[in-house]
Amino acid sequence: MPNKNVRVLIAKPGLDGHDRGVKVLARGLRDTGMEVIYLGLRLTPEQIAEVAIQEDVDVVGLSCLSGAHMTLFPKTMNLIREKGRKNILFIGGGIIPKKDVAKLKKMGMSQTFGPGTPIEEIANFIKEKLAEGNCDTKD
Amino acid sequence: MSEKREEKPERKKEFRTTVGGTVVKQVYTPTDVITCREEDIPLPGEYPYTRHIMPTGYRTRLWTMRQYAGFATVEETNKRYQYLYEQGQTGFSVAFHLPTQEGYDSDHPLSQGEVGRCGVAIDSLEDMERLWEGIPLASVSTSMTINSTAAIVLAMYVAAAEKQGATADQLRGTVQNDILKEYIARNTYIFAPAPSMRLVTDLCAYCAQSLPQWNSISISGYHMREAGATAAQEAGFTLANGIAYVQAMLDKGMEVDSFAPRFSFFFAAYTNVLEEVAKFRALRRMWAKIMQERFSAQNPRSLMLRYHVQTDGFTLTEQQPLNNIVRVTLQALAAVLGSCQSLHTNSFDEALALPSEQAVQVALRTQQIIAHESGVADTVDPLGGSYYLEWLTSQIEDRATRYIAEIDKIGGALKAIEKGYIQKEIAQSAYNYQRAVDSGEQVIVGVNKFAANEESATKLLEISAEAEQKQIERLKKLKQERDNQRVSQVLNKVRDVARSDENIMPVLIEAVKAYATIGEISNALRDVFGEYREPSVL
Repeated sequence: MPNKNVRVLIAKPGLDGHDRGVKVLARGLRDTGMEVIYLGLRLTPEQIAEVAIQEDVDVVGLSCLSGAHMTLFPKTMNLIREKGRKNILFIGGGIIPKKDVAKLKKMGMSQTFGPGTPIEEIANFIKEKLAEGNCDTKD
Repeated sequence: MSEKREEKPERKKEFRTTVGGTVVKQVYTPTDVITCREEDIPLPGEYPYTRHIMPTGYRTRLWTMRQYAGFATVEETNKRYQYLYEQGQTGFSVAFHLPTQEGYDSDHPLSQGEVGRCGVAIDSLEDMERLWEGIPLASVSTSMTINSTAAIVLAMYVAAAEKQGATADQLRGTVQNDILKEYIARNTYIFAPAPSMRLVTDLCAYCAQSLPQWNSISISGYHMREAGATAAQEAGFTLANGIAYVQAMLDKGMEVDSFAPRFSFFFAAYTNVLEEVAKFRALRRMWAKIMQERFSAQNPRSLMLRYHVQTDGFTLTEQQPLNNIVRVTLQALAAVLGSCQSLHTNSFDEALALPSEQAVQVALRTQQIIAHESGVADTVDPLGGSYYLEWLTSQIEDRATRYIAEIDKIGGALKAIEKGYIQKEIAQSAYNYQRAVDSGEQVIVGVNKFAANEESATKLLEISAEAEQKQIERLKKLKQERDNQRVSQVLNKVRDVARSDENIMPVLIEAVKAYATIGEISNALRDVFGEYREPSVL
C-alpha cells in the first residue's frame, strides 16, 4: 500500500504529558506521505478506541512515559478489538522495560520503539507490516 | 599563522554548539570580546551577577545536591528519602505521581495504572504526614515539583509540618508553581490560564506573608528544553514567563521587592558544556537587568537569578546505558561551572525505567566527585574571561533577548502561549533536532554512531502492582473515618473563596486539615473554574 493510503492514529492514553516524541513522530510520518491523526494527550482508552473505529485507521500508535503502559496499552487494544476492528497494527513508544515489551507483544502490540529511534525505522516498520498483512500479534 | 590554519581542511563544513545553536568560529581572540562591556562582567556578587550571585561562590557553601525522587506509596518513598539522607544528600525533592499533579484521587478512573508510577501517591494530608515520618521538616529543605495543584499540596506540607511542631517561618523549600510552562511543555494543567494564574499568584502572595524562607515559584526552562527548545529559546522563553509572573504579582497590588526575592528558577544542562555555562551566565545577567530596568526592583535579592539545574533527561540513551554516566558528568560539570544553586543528576538507567538504588547512588556520587575531587568549585566562575565563553555568553543573551522582544510584541507570555507561538517554536526545534539525528549530522554515541548489539544487563527498579491497590484501600478507609460533614462544609467554603478574590491559601489549609482529598479539592475548584483542554500544536 502506498504511504498516502496509510492511516495512522497517534495518541497518549493516561495522564502522562511527555509529548515530544509523539509530536515529532506524527510530523515525521506525515512527511513520508502517511495520513496521521494526532489525538493529543490525557485520553482514556475508550476515547482512543472510539476514534480508531470512526476514522477507520490502519495503525494505532500509543505513547506513554509514565509507567502506566501495562494498564493502558492492553486496555486500548482490547477495546478496539471488542468494537469490531480486527487486524490493526499496534505500535507503542515510551520508557518501556524489555520485560514488558515481550508481554505487550503477546497482547498484540507488534513493536515498541524507545527513545532514540529514527523516524525512518518506524515508517519502514509500518510499511513492511502492512504489506505482510498479518498485523495483530495477539496469541 | 591564522591564514595557514584556515587552509587546513576541517572535519565539518560548519561547527554549531548544538542543533539550532550558535555557529562556532575556529578560534577566539581578544577582538571577539571587544564588544563585551566591562560592567557586564564585574566581580562575582556584583550587578548584573554574570559570574555568580555571591562574591565567594562555592568557597562558602557548595550547591545543594538535591535528587528528585518519589515512587509507589509514601512508605517506600520515605525509605528512599531516609537512604538519600544517610548518603549525605542535603535537600529533598519530591516527585508526585501524575494523579496528584493533575488533581485526581488514586481511585479515579483516569488514575488507573498511574498510581505510584512516576512519583509518590499523595491523596490527602494523611499521606503527606507519613511521607515525612522521621524527617524533621523544621530543619530540612524540600523542593516539590507540583504545579496546577501546587496550592493544595503546599497547604498539605504546611499542615504536616505544623503537626510535627514546626512553625511556618522555619520551613525552607520550593514549590514549582509554574503553570505557564505546563501549557507549553509539561502538560499537567487543569484550569484555563487566567484562573491558574490567580492560584499561582495567591500562593506567591501567601508565601511572601507567611513563609519567609520558601521559594514561591520555580520558573522552569527545563521542560521546554526537554520538549525541544534550544539553549537560547530556553533562556528567552523562561525569562518571558518570569516577566509575566512578576507583572501578575504587580497587578495584584504587590510591591516588587516583597515577593521577587523568593522567585527562583529551574534549568536544564545539556552535554555541550561551554554552551550551557554561557547560557547560565547570560541568564543571570539578563534577569538582573530585567528586574532593575523593567520593574525597578531595589532589593539586590530581587535581581539575583537563583536556580536549580537538572541534567537533561532527553539526552539519556536506552542503548549502552552506562554511557549515560559520562553524559551526566559533563552536564553536571556545566551546571557547576555555570554557578547553579542546586543540582539534580539523572541516573544512567532512566531511559529504561525509574532509577534503581545503585544508579541513584552513582548519580549522587557524580556530584560529590565534582565537588570534592575536580577542583572546579575552588574558585568562582573559573572559566570567566575565556574569549570563547564571554563571546558565547553575549551571543546567547542576544538571541534570548530577541525572543523576549518577540513575545513582548505579541503581548506577553500568556498571549504568546494562547497563540501557540512558543509551542510552535519548540516543536520546530524538536523536529530539526530529530532530522539532524536521523541524517547523522548530530552524532549520538551508541545510537547513530558506534552502536553495539549487546543487550543491557541493567537491573531495573520495578514498581509493584500492589501499590495501587494499597493506596486505593487507604483512601477508602480515610473517607470512612474522617468527619465527612466537616469535609463537605469546607469544600463549599473552597468554592466560595474561589469565586471571590480572597487569597485561596487559608481555606485550602483548612480543607486539607479536614482531610479533604486532592481530588475533592480540585473538583471544588473545577466547579468554579472549569477545565482547560489545549489544542495540540504539532
